[in-house]
Amino acid sequence: MNSDANPIWTLAWTFGLMSLFAVGGANSAVPEMHRVAVDVQHWMTDKQFADIFAISQLSPGPNVLIVTLIGYSVAGVAGALVATLAMCGPTAVLAYYVSRLLARSSHSRWPAIIQAALVPLSIGLMGASGLILALTSDRTWAAALITATSAVLAFVTRLNPLWMLLAGGCLGFAGII
Amino acid sequence: MSPDSPPAAVPAPDTTASISPSPPGLIELFVAFAKMSLAGFGGVLVWARRGIVDQHKWMTADEFNETFALCHFLPGPNIVNLSVVFGSRFRGIPGGIAAFAGLVGPPVVIVTILAALYARYGEIDALRRILAGVSCAAVGLLLAVVFRMMMPLLKRRDLVGVVVLAAVFIAVGLLRLPLPAVLLVGIPLSVAITFAMRRRA
Repeated sequence: MNSDANPIWTLAWTFGLMSLFAVGGANSAVPEMHRVAVDVQHWMTDKQFADIFAISQLSPGPNVLIVTLIGYSVAGVAGALVATLAMCGPTAVLAYYVSRLLARSSHSRWPAIIQAALVPLSIGLMGASGLILALTSDRTWAAALITATSAVLAFVTRLNPLWMLLAGGCLGFAGII
Repeated sequence: MSPDSPPAAVPAPDTTASISPSPPGLIELFVAFAKMSLAGFGGVLVWARRGIVDQHKWMTADEFNETFALCHFLPGPNIVNLSVVFGSRFRGIPGGIAAFAGLVGPPVVIVTILAALYARYGEIDALRRILAGVSCAAVGLLLAVVFRMMMPLLKRRDLVGVVVLAAVFIAVGLLRLPLPAVLLVGIPLSVAITFAMRRRA
């Protein structure tokens, strides 16, 4: 692993590879992003990672754009673009070919079996994301309470998630956390 | 957002089997996916369903579910996969690229601007406090999604599923093992168990 080479290449192969392992979407890959960005490559601190996650949730668009923020913090605009394309490109090509393949032979029952087998895996990964992010974000009881409240509200009601994020921001600004 | 209708929309009484007769053009694909994407805070899927099925009637609800199921079992960001599969179904590879560019392009510009602002002003105390509060709430939203997804497993009393879920959670969340290693063991194991259970059933 030539990580002291051009960081753009490191971004490209890191996220290109991760894209193929991100079973169940971007949120399941958050633990791996955290492991690589904070523990392995030392691109950012724990706190910065939590900030970046917050920004990615605040912005419109697919959740995967957290890699755009990681890329930017490593290598500026070029890093942002390379990380985004690396995370989206390989699986997009894969999806294109698999969908054409399945359009021709739609009677196979393998897709259903593989999908059923992958669902618990991806939920487990998202749970791990939640745990890792909770450990980095919730450093006080008040912070943990905000997390718990927004989890319950989002689970029970159909409130637009943006309200929870805004409320969290206001409480943070007020210095509650 | 205004509930605008596509120019070619036919006010036909829509049965579940009829979709819009005119396939979307490249620019239409780009604009439609850009709109869905920019509307989608904390997830684009809801807006994608609304745009593709309800608003433009480019797919029936069943077709959409099938396409999404395919994109969900493939690795990578689901909604990105969906845009490529959807766009290419109507307009080949250029269509896939147009839909992908619409979905990812505009928000990437916004996020890059936010990243630049964060790099410059991230040390300001007020901003740090706000982001800390937002990330607490954002983690809560993620946990709610996890619980929502777990409910069907618990309702079905799917013991195998729960064990696989817990094993992955421990391996990645607590032991912090690398994702590729966990998946190289976990995926074949989970597929084999699911296959065996279905044969017995």
